[in-house]
Amino acid sequence: MKKISLSQFVLQTIAVVVAFVAWWLLYRNLSGLAAWLTYSAAGLSRASHLSTAVEFFIYESPKVLMLLVLVVFGVGVVRTFFTPERTRRLLAGRRESVGNVLAALLGIVTPFCSCSAVPLFIGFVTAGVPLGVTFSFLVSAPMVNEVALVLLFGMFGWKVAALYLGTGLAVAIVAGYALGRLKMERYVESWVYESNGNTAASEGVVEVALSWSERVQAGVAAVREIVGRVWLYVLLGIAVGAGIHGYVPENFMVSIMGRDAWWSVPLAVLMGVPMYANAAGIIPVVQALLGKGAALGTVLAFMMAVIALSLPEAIILRQVLKPRLIATFFGVVAGGILLVGYLFNFVL
Amino acid sequence: MKKIQILGTGCAKCQKLATVADEAAKALGTPYELQKVTDLKQIMSFKVMSTPALVVDGVVKLSGRVPTVDEAKQLIG
Repeated sequence: MKKISLSQFVLQTIAVVVAFVAWWLLYRNLSGLAAWLTYSAAGLSRASHLSTAVEFFIYESPKVLMLLVLVVFGVGVVRTFFTPERTRRLLAGRRESVGNVLAALLGIVTPFCSCSAVPLFIGFVTAGVPLGVTFSFLVSAPMVNEVALVLLFGMFGWKVAALYLGTGLAVAIVAGYALGRLKMERYVESWVYESNGNTAASEGVVEVALSWSERVQAGVAAVREIVGRVWLYVLLGIAVGAGIHGYVPENFMVSIMGRDAWWSVPLAVLMGVPMYANAAGIIPVVQALLGKGAALGTVLAFMMAVIALSLPEAIILRQVLKPRLIATFFGVVAGGILLVGYLFNFVL
Repeated sequence: MKKIQILGTGCAKCQKLATVADEAAKALGTPYELQKVTDLKQIMSFKVMSTPALVVDGVVKLSGRVPTVDEAKQLIG
């Protein structure tokens, strides 16, 4: 860990504050700016399909990208406080019900990459984290995703975003609890329990205390990595939205994916499972489906299935889980998603 | 001769770590050997919980993230 001088610290604090103020001022004035660019600068006539679409795009793209930068930065900083090792210590030896809730919540803030799902799984179960609690974490970590939340918030408002967060956590908690009740420990490959775990060495290795400066740098690095990877999908999603906004008649999808078509929810889940995309990649599709009159529950179910369950993940997990447990895992999570889909279609 | 090992099942971050470690080791100028460990059981034998991880002469120096070249230089050297 590097020591930084006081003047450096002051400079950094000022830089962060200035960045926040600039962000806020720009964000507040986006709407007027977009209207001005569309009607005055580009000279498009009001109330035409084209100008509505253009204004929507000019307003929404910077808005969503700015929200994304802010939230990814914040989450990047928060995640420096949570390492997988610390999360494991918090979860080891917990009772199931409490453990499932805690695991689902920690899934949001613990840095997680699907490529280390297997070492993490082994690390959890060998340290005494119950199997069901481990699954709650494994469901919540990819599904309750900050990029998905920002995009849902930016495009469909806070209610849809909150619904996604709440039901995503609920699916993770309930699915993990159900898997724990099923007592499937014997369907974990036996070498996992024989491997003596990985508790000893990984403690202490990565647990260096970070300075605030390093945490801010981690936030900036997260922005660079995540926003750098997803911005194109985001723009694509907004462009699709803009197209719908201006042109495509609504209710186009009502008969196939509207709330009256009861079979649309299971179909959405079935279609979603083999598909693999990150949260940002799926948003253009979600935007298109919703804009054309598909029911919210059906679309949320589709989105959850794509993000939380995938064939590549099944193949990775096959190294530590026997087929029967993988099938049960997918079945239980898919069942949870199905319930969420129906719930929204009937309640809203 | 330094023995540098990169633990990881072949995701993008693991490739990145290998590149960074290679660059850092070259800059240090010490003779070294770089090896990628992709077999899961072998990775587990180092007792790490998140990949990618950097191992120098058998000691786990870093896990779960990709360092900067400067940081990697300190870890290797």
